[in-house]
Amino acid sequence: MSTVQDVNPRVRGIRAPVNLQGLSVKKPFKSVIDVSSGDPHKAGMPPISFIRQVMAVCLYPELLKEKSLPLDVRQRAQKLLDMCSGGSVGSYSTTSGGLPQVQKSISEFITRRDGGVPSHPEDIILTTGLQKSLSVFLNLLTSGEGKTQTGVLTPMPCPHTLPMLLDMTGLALVPYRLFEEQGWAVNLDELHRALEAGRVHCEPKAIYISNPGKPTGEQPIVGTSCTAFDLFYIRGLIVVTDEVHQDSVYGQDKEFISYKKVLSEMGKMYAETMELVSFHSISTAHIGEGGLRGGYMEVINIDPAVKKYLTVISSASVLPQLALELSVNPPRPEDSSYNSYTQVRGLSYGNNAKRACEFLNRVEGMSCQPSMAGLFLYPRVHLPPHIVEEAKRLEVKADVLYCQRLLREEGICVGAGCENGQEDKNYHIRLCILTPPSTLEEILARLRSFHHRLLEKLA
Amino acid sequence: MWNMKQLEYGALARRANQIKKELRQGVRRPYKEVIDVFQGDLHRAGMKPLTFVRQVLAACVYPPLINSSNLPLDVRQRAQEELGRCVGGSVGSYSAAPGIPEIIHSISEFIKRRDGGIPSHPENIYISPGSQWSISNILNVLVNREASPRTGVLIPVPCHNKTVLSITQLGAVAVPYYLSEEQGWALQVEELQRAHESAKGVCNPVALYVINPGNPAGYVQSQKSVLEVIRFAWEKRLFLLVDELYQDCVYGENCEFVSYKRALSEMGPPFSGTVELASFHSVSKGFSGECGLRAGYVELVNLDPAVMKHIHTLFSKDACSPVLGQIALNLMTDPPKPGDPSYLLYKQEIEQIRTVLVHSVKKVHEVVNSLPGFSCPPIEGGLFAFPRLHLTPKAIQKAKELGLQPDTFYCTRLLEEGGVFTGPGWEYGQKEGTYHIRYNTSRALFKVHH
Repeated sequence: MSTVQDVNPRVRGIRAPVNLQGLSVKKPFKSVIDVSSGDPHKAGMPPISFIRQVMAVCLYPELLKEKSLPLDVRQRAQKLLDMCSGGSVGSYSTTSGGLPQVQKSISEFITRRDGGVPSHPEDIILTTGLQKSLSVFLNLLTSGEGKTQTGVLTPMPCPHTLPMLLDMTGLALVPYRLFEEQGWAVNLDELHRALEAGRVHCEPKAIYISNPGKPTGEQPIVGTSCTAFDLFYIRGLIVVTDEVHQDSVYGQDKEFISYKKVLSEMGKMYAETMELVSFHSISTAHIGEGGLRGGYMEVINIDPAVKKYLTVISSASVLPQLALELSVNPPRPEDSSYNSYTQVRGLSYGNNAKRACEFLNRVEGMSCQPSMAGLFLYPRVHLPPHIVEEAKRLEVKADVLYCQRLLREEGICVGAGCENGQEDKNYHIRLCILTPPSTLEEILARLRSFHHRLLEKLA
Repeated sequence: MWNMKQLEYGALARRANQIKKELRQGVRRPYKEVIDVFQGDLHRAGMKPLTFVRQVLAACVYPPLINSSNLPLDVRQRAQEELGRCVGGSVGSYSAAPGIPEIIHSISEFIKRRDGGIPSHPENIYISPGSQWSISNILNVLVNREASPRTGVLIPVPCHNKTVLSITQLGAVAVPYYLSEEQGWALQVEELQRAHESAKGVCNPVALYVINPGNPAGYVQSQKSVLEVIRFAWEKRLFLLVDELYQDCVYGENCEFVSYKRALSEMGPPFSGTVELASFHSVSKGFSGECGLRAGYVELVNLDPAVMKHIHTLFSKDACSPVLGQIALNLMTDPPKPGDPSYLLYKQEIEQIRTVLVHSVKKVHEVVNSLPGFSCPPIEGGLFAFPRLHLTPKAIQKAKELGLQPDTFYCTRLLEEGGVFTGPGWEYGQKEGTYHIRYNTSRALFKVHH
């Protein structure tokens, strides 16, 4: 029988996930509120009716005759079914990287989004969601070990699933710090420093950027982006941008600017040679359908052989492609579903973020940068010495202990900053703020109560 | 044998897509549509989805349908149950990474029933978006890229290409064992022995990959054959990876699907407690045919708990499988029972599909064997025919001049001139000097056969 020694060392090396839910929970409260991951439906946000109605009809075409469903729903479903082989969502999608019509719609959407910068259907590859497609892409970069191991510049803090993914693909994580005091800004000098530091122990070949930031919610400043691009260009870095939170930009006077757009404005030399891959996902798009597992990537200036490989290897499920199609081509003002669709769309990220940030900044021992985008808030928590000591004794990280106690005593599940790569003594927690406002109030109240009790222990 | 071919795969598929596009745009060709018999895609071939499954899924996607009197009561109740297990009551939420616990439990019950009562443990089952994903994860655990000698995995020839791609991508060596075409593509232990021997000095074989029923070769292993393979795996300390996706597609007379798990258990000690086994199944084939929904599972047997821990971490780092796919998987393993309102229709639809498949396969076999230059053994199971092409030396020469494999050349001509899209044998592996094509048999009678 195989023993642990026989297990692939790379698999053995994956850091085990922090498993908070596994804890048995005493219950002085009615229910556990889990906001540790960006799952809007779990947090109580309703799915968008239009999307669900169309998908239901696609699944069970008999519903095309169902008069109680709006006409535009039925017409749209018919159009979508016509795109599917055998008129069924149960078929594989074609081998060209996705349903051709969906690739076209997405490229048109991107062109509109980027103010006319052209996007080509053959550069769009439909995927089964961010995690898998990122893993497939990064795998192509992997090579070498020790000093020749490929490295990826990674923001610190970074999305909580990224460190495990890098472990798995055998890539070295080269952290570049985001500056909390400056609203989590990307700093050019820091990028230089990180790159030099990285080159000592590995070969950095790519830079991973979250735009908007995950979990920090910042928007990279365009000015920095241009000079940063210079750096990437000179060092031959592939730019990998995780733009899955692009739909949730809410800061005042802010709008989402894609890295592709920035690249296009930098002149031919860059625009036609720099390698850029950007990712989007339906999990975090305004439609929030994480359970469907779908997304796309747009590949710019990537080697044709690599592109061919990526299209062959992706086998995106049909339904999420249809959901994507619907999200980039929503109902128009003259359609019957328009009103209900836009109502839900305008929901409260911005209000929640503002409210939560103000609230937490007033809690003693907590501080929070304003968030301008995304699903998360990433407040800093000042942990009293007794917690840090107890954590040492129990051999867990201090922020993990904090989260465990929070779950046990208040029934709130948040994410520990160490999962986001936060290795220093600046402890943070991560919470998804895309919840109904009443739920948010509940979360904030319980969090404050817990934190006060913790600090009181000192007295 | 495989490495450089990775990027050549799909050349025919892209051409087929191009032709389909041209036809849609009105370009004239000697045929009106491309008959696509390349993939094992039942819905594309014209098979209809099961009504019960689609009704439940639709109600799960749009819950107000649960109140619709147009849907049968059991459909509505079932949808309610399934949604009750989804986080936030929505199929749009993430589920636990290994899969929704109640569905995993349901799968373990299904396996137990199928295997005559032999227990199946939920903690040994993982759901993933399709069997290839699970196969890839398990291979990831077994293959050490940096090992010297390199890790080897024995694979059948012919074999469907995705698994082989996964193996080589991970840095392992695919060690071929040839199925015996003359004996209807039977798996012979002597050949396994030879293959294993051939690996000496080249790599260190750690696993044996078996497809039963076969793909693309349509054989179904007998009980005797299964036992022989298990014994061989035990002797050589090989991890058994068994792809049982086509377990519902068995049509040969006197043929029966024998599950490796059952056979292993019934062999008793020392085999039953030591041979490591991973068996794979999915909703893509069989009567569900829902390959677009992406859901499959793996059941692991006899693994060291410490190793299972790592497997658990590996599966946990993936985000969960599509929730709708998991529900479809549940419906496949826990279908309507006699007495349920949907039972009769469900049974009828399954019977219909089975009849058509059996008939298709017989027809394809007859037709293919009657064509000059073709020969094909009886197809006992699976969804494909893998007939042998007896090409003239002239044709082979022509192909070589064009820089193509002879069977690719044939398939290309078949596509361009006849509008039929099939798979060339070299993509699946074949004995040197022989040529084959792979053809999805289910299409034959679901649509009009040319």
